[in-house]
Amino acid sequence: MKGFVAGCVLVGVVLALAAVSLVWLPYDPADTSGARLVPPGGAHLLGTDKLGRDLLTHLMIGARIALTAGAGSVLLGGVLGVAAGLAAGFATRWLDDALAAALDALIAFPTLLLAMLVVAVREASLGSAVLAIGLAMSAVVARLTRILVKRVLAQDYITAARTSGSSWPRVIVEHVLPNIWPTLLVNLALQFGLAVLAEASLSYLGLGPPPPNASWGRLLHEAQATVLTAPVGAIAPGILLVVLVVGVNLVADGLRDLAPGRSR
Amino acid sequence: MTLLDVDDLSVRQADGHELLHGLSFTLARGERLGLIGESGSGKSLTALAILSLLPAGLTAHGSVLVSGTQVVGAADRRLDRVRGRAVSAVFQEPLMALDPLMRIGRQIAGPLRRRRGLRGAALRAAVLAALEEVRLPERIASAYPHEVSGGQRQRAAIAMALACEPDLLIADEPTTALDVSVQAEVLALLDGLVAEKGMALLFIGHDLAVVAGVADRLIVLRDGAVVESGRTEDIVKEPRHTYTRSLVHSAWEFEAELDRLAP
Repeated sequence: MKGFVAGCVLVGVVLALAAVSLVWLPYDPADTSGARLVPPGGAHLLGTDKLGRDLLTHLMIGARIALTAGAGSVLLGGVLGVAAGLAAGFATRWLDDALAAALDALIAFPTLLLAMLVVAVREASLGSAVLAIGLAMSAVVARLTRILVKRVLAQDYITAARTSGSSWPRVIVEHVLPNIWPTLLVNLALQFGLAVLAEASLSYLGLGPPPPNASWGRLLHEAQATVLTAPVGAIAPGILLVVLVVGVNLVADGLRDLAPGRSR
Repeated sequence: MTLLDVDDLSVRQADGHELLHGLSFTLARGERLGLIGESGSGKSLTALAILSLLPAGLTAHGSVLVSGTQVVGAADRRLDRVRGRAVSAVFQEPLMALDPLMRIGRQIAGPLRRRRGLRGAALRAAVLAALEEVRLPERIASAYPHEVSGGQRQRAAIAMALACEPDLLIADEPTTALDVSVQAEVLALLDGLVAEKGMALLFIGHDLAVVAGVADRLIVLRDGAVVESGRTEDIVKEPRHTYTRSLVHSAWEFEAELDRLAP
């Protein structure tokens, strides 16, 4: 329970940064009029980068991008994955085997490679990153959903519901989804953290949203050259990444403990 | 009036192996038929075949008419109308038969809403009436299955099965998982409700003493085939087949043991 609260606080910090960035920023993100590599303090709270841009401004925009990447990927991966998992869970044996094999193949394919493929076909943007991460995630979610659905379908209460005349769509909405939801939710929360890291990795490699969108991954990349002279530029985005990912994981752990049915 | 007409019913696995061989019987309004046999004898398969709910990979062959509707090979849409209305069932494991994440009241309300079109206050009243019928207090309606005892859960499952007043009730070992004292209570309750509503009952069990206490007629199954069938009285008095004889004999042995200890 303590972990859950701590997780909420950590995620809350990033949420707050992102929310404030929507209405107020210390400087214009494209403003290069500041002195270069100013250390923290004074007019620039966290200093400036090698082009004289305010670091805090970019970190705040980066929070927005990280959260968008996480939420977008989880939404896409969740919807696709749950739909595919339900289909596989209900499918005849032949179709189920085919789907399971396809999912395993997709999971075996590295996310970053898939992302490069998507970027090659489309362009380097937040949308492409979300598409690639979401697709890769959907395979993992689908595999979990399939197993959960199969386990629920084997339960007597499904037979009992069918016995009392519930149609399959109704059984799905009333019994299957509510029973797989707690486990799925915890997994999606973990996937959110992984998606944030994946987006940062893509941006670090230059496959994320292009400048002037300051993804944390790209800030890390840009600060690399000056890490010895202006360490804050590399440390700050790193710390924020850790704060968000650890926070999300703590929330996921907390959700697992709070999930109904654990007292059974 | 014949509610259930099972004719030459067999159940096969995908590889053609037959698990139930040519079972035939009929059941009319107000009749009580007992299906008895050890585990693996095909009792539960018979129940699932009648409900057309056989697990994937198993297929039913032959004919099963439920209130005149052919169930074998029927489409789901058609079956959804038969299940719950013409035929309903209570299963062995009461904890498993209720959705762990849904309040009991809502689970009983489900069939009432769908079948009888009840809403709001009328629905709530019907749920409470259904609970009262199985002698459960009102507070059970807002409890989750894991919060109530095994006996109460099985009563709730019975309330759910009877909510839409089916013509035929299938009870698949409804008391096997319960404590002996609770077992007697639930049996008496089931017995009373079936008599009161004039339903037909197909009672499945492995314990001769229990099944014989409920059913007028018996079918003895072994390895998926009928060993013996007839009036309960006749079978208990004069079992013809060796397997039936051993069933009756062992039931008496328990009885004799009690008599010896407490004459």
